[in-house]
Amino acid sequence: MKKFRVVHYINQFFAQIGGEDMAHVPPEKREGVVGPGIAIQAALGDEAEIVATVICGDSYFGENMGKAEAEVLELIKSENPDIFIAGPAFNAGRYGVAAGTITSAVKRELGIPAVTGMYVENPGAEMYKDDVYIISTTNSAAGVRAAAPLMAKLALKLAKDEPIGASKEEGYLPNNVRKNFFEEKRGSARAVEMLEAKLAGKPYTTEYPMPDFDRVEPNPPVADLSQITIALVTSGGIVPKGNPDHIESSSASKFGEYSLDGFDDLTAETHETAHGGYDPVYANADADRVLPVDVLREYEKAGKIGKLHDKFYTTVGNGTAVASAKGFAEEIAKRLLAEKVGAVILTST
Amino acid sequence: MVKEIERAGIPVVHMCTVTPISMTVGANRIVPTVAIPHPLGNPNLPNDEEKALRRRLVDKALKALQTKVDDQTIFE
Repeated sequence: MKKFRVVHYINQFFAQIGGEDMAHVPPEKREGVVGPGIAIQAALGDEAEIVATVICGDSYFGENMGKAEAEVLELIKSENPDIFIAGPAFNAGRYGVAAGTITSAVKRELGIPAVTGMYVENPGAEMYKDDVYIISTTNSAAGVRAAAPLMAKLALKLAKDEPIGASKEEGYLPNNVRKNFFEEKRGSARAVEMLEAKLAGKPYTTEYPMPDFDRVEPNPPVADLSQITIALVTSGGIVPKGNPDHIESSSASKFGEYSLDGFDDLTAETHETAHGGYDPVYANADADRVLPVDVLREYEKAGKIGKLHDKFYTTVGNGTAVASAKGFAEEIAKRLLAEKVGAVILTST
Repeated sequence: MVKEIERAGIPVVHMCTVTPISMTVGANRIVPTVAIPHPLGNPNLPNDEEKALRRRLVDKALKALQTKVDDQTIFE
């Protein structure tokens, strides 16, 4: 039997080209398996072969989305694949967005089965889970052993045109597709069982999860900037030199509140970044590149804005849990309101 | 974070490079920036030009804060 031809997509990190210092590398193609492709090949067995691996730097992809997508797609297409697999990207945000974008493009443009994998809180999951199959993974690369067999199995099923089971059977993130089927037990019996489980404090699974539409209405605009205080907040990890509160370089457990009193300009002597998810060279040399204190001070002196708030708020948005970020911002907002701050500029890397 | 600050009633503008993530997260006022490791700067430019670039981006952010929006808006 002919083996299915598989092309695999990974980032510069998993290709062992380098970390954040190499995240700018443009797409390239290598013969055969690279990095996590080994685990996926093992799971594919004799039925399919990874003939090539396409690699792209996460920042290159994130900063040139349309162009990078076209370039990567061209490299994939040149191999005439039967199956495309991307990642898994775990909780790496740019990697997840790239994997989702490419998987979606391959499905749309090449019309072949395409599967990726990532952690449910990866922004790429929210963007693409309704469009492509995304195997649900853990938030760290240690989950590759569990993810690879699920990704391989689903990809092979798609390639062989076999029926695809529900998300919890196949391991993909729920994609809002519903299929009718006959339950063995009637609805009233299932409802009573669920209620009994709930009363007994036992686990149960709802058959109708409520949709999660968490959108916030935009606030009215600022009428007069010269009358208000503007605060700076960042997820880019800018901290006073030495990172006094030891904000973690990833999966941050806290935010920092630091004085801007007396600072007209952030410099390599006074500030740096604690963020471990991007190349820190540029922010360490001049943190105004992430937190524009210099320009806002100018505008404050010129009367263009009423005041730059004398404290800034910062955390590291690198693999940080959504629940943590939400908690930080609730507390930050409370403090800003108490200090009558009228508007916020929030920067992200 | 943007969403929680907005929810508290403070107008907020999100400055970031990967705007699709900002859209997914639910920011309402979004200003696209230069690059992931240096959103408000460009190390390849001479100092004065880099500063001018940063002023232009902050100007956009201030303009966004003064603009009424009904829906998620990217201020190009």
